[in-house]
Order: sequence, then structure tokens, then C-alpha cells
Amino acid sequence: MNSFAFFGAIETGFIFALVALAVFISFRILDFPDLTVDGSFPLGAAVAASMIVGDFHPLTATFCACIAGAMAGTVTAWLNVKLKILHLLASILTMIALYSINLRIMDGPNKALLGVETLLTPLDNLSFMPYYIAYPLTFGIFALLMLALVIWFLQSEIGLAMRATGANPRMARANGVNTSRMVILGMAISNALVALAGALFAQSQGSADVTMGVGVIVIGLASVIGGEALFPKSTLLKWALACVLGSILYRMVIAFALNGEMLGLKAQDLNLITAVLVTLAIVAPGLKAKTKSKLSKSLNAKTKQAQE
Amino acid sequence: MKTHLHFIGIYLLSIFSMFVTTVQATPESKHVAITQIVEHPALDAVRKGVKDVLSEAGWNEGNNLKWDYQSAQGATVTASQIAKKFAGDNPDIIVAIATPSAQAVVSSARQTNIVFSAVTDPVGAKLVKAWDQPSKYVTGVSDLTPINLHLAFIKEAMPQAKSLGVIYNPGEANSVSLIKLVKQYGPTHGLKIIEAVSPKSADVQAATRSLLGRVDAIYLPTDNTVISAMEGIIKIAEQAKVPVFAGDTDSVKRGAVAALGFNYYQVGRQTGEVVTAILNGKSPQDIPVQGIEKTELFVNPKAAIRMGLTLDEKIIARAKKVIE
Repeated sequence: MNSFAFFGAIETGFIFALVALAVFISFRILDFPDLTVDGSFPLGAAVAASMIVGDFHPLTATFCACIAGAMAGTVTAWLNVKLKILHLLASILTMIALYSINLRIMDGPNKALLGVETLLTPLDNLSFMPYYIAYPLTFGIFALLMLALVIWFLQSEIGLAMRATGANPRMARANGVNTSRMVILGMAISNALVALAGALFAQSQGSADVTMGVGVIVIGLASVIGGEALFPKSTLLKWALACVLGSILYRMVIAFALNGEMLGLKAQDLNLITAVLVTLAIVAPGLKAKTKSKLSKSLNAKTKQAQE
Repeated sequence: MKTHLHFIGIYLLSIFSMFVTTVQATPESKHVAITQIVEHPALDAVRKGVKDVLSEAGWNEGNNLKWDYQSAQGATVTASQIAKKFAGDNPDIIVAIATPSAQAVVSSARQTNIVFSAVTDPVGAKLVKAWDQPSKYVTGVSDLTPINLHLAFIKEAMPQAKSLGVIYNPGEANSVSLIKLVKQYGPTHGLKIIEAVSPKSADVQAATRSLLGRVDAIYLPTDNTVISAMEGIIKIAEQAKVPVFAGDTDSVKRGAVAALGFNYYQVGRQTGEVVTAILNGKSPQDIPVQGIEKTELFVNPKAAIRMGLTLDEKIIARAKKVIE
């Protein structure tokens, strides 16, 4: 792996850490399996790219991308809590609708940002740091900032109400929490984060494309589950941090898989290698724990026998 | 258990260090890295075309050519990671097939020669400023329908033609840009372009009738709405004796007089020529972006006669396929 690929993996990892945080909120905090992500990621990219090309300030464009994402999340949540459509189906409906909407926003399948001034342009010619290190560093700061915000929010009064909604909606309602509103708010925040990731990714990679959302939810889920499997999740902060680390790890796995030719693997094996490596990452700690518990069980049994 | 883990750790580390070392190409050998967005017959044919031309030029994989191929398997995010890996590998040339891969490579590799291929609108994709203005490190081959060649062919088949009708759906972005080109190149071939729009397949016949008496021939661009209802056009054109030319070769089987098509293997070969020129020391900024040069002619002489046109023997003789 060369340094470009290494820092590139970290850069992409930090961008997708935002997706991981979003999936953490929807899947883990709210217990809402949300596939809107595959649509809100390109939505953020489309809004940001179209506005930047239309001469808006990149910061305004990125902010509007977040708002658009929040709206997409709101629609999914509204379909679910008000129209009583199953959460999974509601999110799929929004996702497919967003495909058409993204085509409308970009007025075509692709919006190029190469050579256009974006949030990252100031980083291109820093005297003290090459751009391929400045990019991941900036995205790292972004990701950690968002992590801090999410943690702060989840520990606030509203955040606690949201966690209660996910953990036990009946109990939450009994305590006077408006669970519908909590679901809508949570989904809005989650998809705003995803759209932010999309907006940043479009600016980093030089274009927004209508197909760029394919598999984003899988990446987000793999990051969260992989992170949870490998890192401690004893506190809320550690748990969210595990998601961020999981995202970077996932990118490292892909970077590693791209070098598979040394092991006699070919380009078309990429998805398979990634799947196997992620499975290993997820299963390995579980296996360790299992053997441990088996050992302790048999030990317990033996000591019991001895006592008898 | 712990020692086992240690061993595994050392093992992984040693594998890892294997990857960290960059492979340095020997002076007389070259390194070409090629990436495409997804496995797809057309894109695979492009890749094969590039490789075939390179080996004909004496660059053989494993011998004096390091050939590095990665597919993003449909994921734009992976395309960007592949681009970054290639940027760091620092090959002599990166070949990027299809728009998303090309954009990812251009944004990541800033000091490597890049040749894109099968990109329909390289200017719109911001890969280059203009077709005749390739950037310092970037040039390539577009797969845009060669409208200019199509119009030249119509004029060759019907030298007396003065006006050409086009039928299209204004809701299809691809058609709108093709019609723009038709209108741009029409006058250079002495053809007056008359448009007839058909927003739905059901409107196609009315659009065709609106052209009758005003045009000497009709050209159908690769428009999904129009092509799907093509039989209706052919019927009216045969009654009125107005020859219909098409932008795609499949339509010739369905009754159009002729079409100039192209195949992606040829696009790949053309890309291979560009790659070879750069390997031999030419700079990308001296090679303008190319459109499709080699086309394949499909003709349907019987359909032509039904529309009141006798095709020249020479044209029929050079056709790749003659529909009987």
C-alpha cells in the first residue's frame, strides 16, 4: 500500500464516519432500519455540486445539502409514523423517489466539480502540507466535530428522550415523550449527516453522480457492526467512536483488497475479499468470547463436580 | 492464546510490509494502470482494445509492461479509492474508462498522465476545457455519437438532399444534445435541419407527418421514445417516399435505409493508440481529445427502394452488413 492509498483510505474513512454515525443513530439509537441513506448520500452530493457550480459559496452549498438530507429523513419518518407504513418500506420509498429527484437537481446524471472552487480548494496549495494529508486531516476534524455534537445531543434532555424512544417506545410514551416527533427528529439528523458526507465526498472526488449512493447503507452498517465488534462500546462516547474507527477500518480493508494481485487475486474478486475480511473482523472477537465462555463453563462444571 | 495472537500479529505485519514496498518499474518497461467503473460488455471491450493495441506496439504484459487493472464494481466510492491507489503507484499512464472513474482519477492523480475513454461529454464532465484543449496531463477518447459523420453519409447517399427532418423527444437529455450537434453540423453539409418533436411514442406518427413535403430525408437520433415507435415512422415514410436514416444499427434491421454505428472495441483501440503515443514520449497536452473515427456501415437496400432511394453500389459494397 502506498502513502496515497493509505491517506486516501483514511480520508474516505472519515467521510464515511459521518455515514456510520448516521446509521448509529437510526439503527442503534432509534432502532429504525433506514435505507433512505442510499438516496440521501447522492442527494447531498447533488445539492452541493449543483449549488457550487451555480456560483454559491461552497459553505452555503454544503449547509443546504444538510438541510436537503434532513428533509429526506423527515419524509421517511413521516411516512412511517403518520401514514403507518412499515419503516423499512418507508425508507425504500424515499430512496427510490430520491433517484428521480437527484436527476432533476443535477439536470442530468452527473455534475462535475473538477477545477471548480470547493471547500477543499484552499487545501490544495498549502506550503507546509501536501493536499493528500491536508484532506484527511480536515475530514478528520469534521468527523470528530460531528461526533462531539452527536454525543452532546444524545446526552441532552431531547437526546435522552430519543434514546428512550428507541429503547422502549411504550415506556417513553408513558413518560410523556412524543415518540413520533422523536423519530422524525432523529431521522432528520441522521440523514442530514449522510447528506453532509455526500456533499464532502462530491467535493473531494470532483463530481456528484446519481449512482454514487449504491451500497452506502452497506458501508455504513459494516462500519458500525465492525466497529462494535472490535472496539469497546461500554459508554455512549466509546460506542460512537467505535463506529468512526469501524469506518476507517473498512476503508483500510478495501485498500488492502485492492492490492490483492500479490495473493493471486483479480480485480473482479474485490467485493468478495471485502465481504470475507469484514466477516472475519466481525466474527473474530465473537469466536474469542465463545471459546472463553465455553472454557469457563467447563471449568465451572469441573469445580462443581469436585465440590460434590 | 496470547502468543498465538502475537504470531498472527507479526504475520499480518509482514504481509502488510510486503504491500508497502512499491514496485519500481525497470527503465525499459512501462507501467499502465487501468480502471473502469463496472464490468460491462462495452467497457470490457474498450479495455481489450487498449491492451491489444499495446501488445501490437510491442508492449507485452509481464514482459516489458506492468498492466494493473481494477474495477470499482459499480461503486463510485471504490472508484475514488482505486484512483488514489493509482495516484500513489505513480504509473506511466492511468487509463480511466467511463465518466465516474475518469473524474475520480483526474481529481486524485494530479501529476500522472491520464487517458480517459468512453466518456460521452468530456467537457461537461470537466475533464478537459475543450476538445482541442487537452490539459497538461489529461486527454482521451469520447464515445459521443459521430453526428458529423452521420450527416456526411446522408449527403453522400443523397447528394441532392437540401433539407433534413429530425424527430426526437425534447425530454431526453441525450437527444437534446444530439440535436444541438445536428443543427451545428447541418449547414456545413448543405442541409437545412427541420425539427419535429414527439414527447411520447404515441406522437411519433403525427411528428413524422408534419415533416412530409418539407424535407428530403429524415434522420432519427438514438432517442428511446422515437426508436421504440419506429415502425410507425417507416410506414409513413414508405408511403411518402422519404428515406429514413438512423443513428443506431439495430434500426436498419427494422426498416431504416442505413446507419453508421461503432463498436466499443474500436473505441478501445483508438484509446490504445493515444496510450502508445504517450508511452513513446508524446505529451497528453499535444493530443486533442478524439471522437469516434472508425464506424461500421449497416445498409438495407430493399428498404431504400421502398422509400424511393436507390443506394449507390459503392456504398453497398463497403457496408459491414447488408440487410436482405
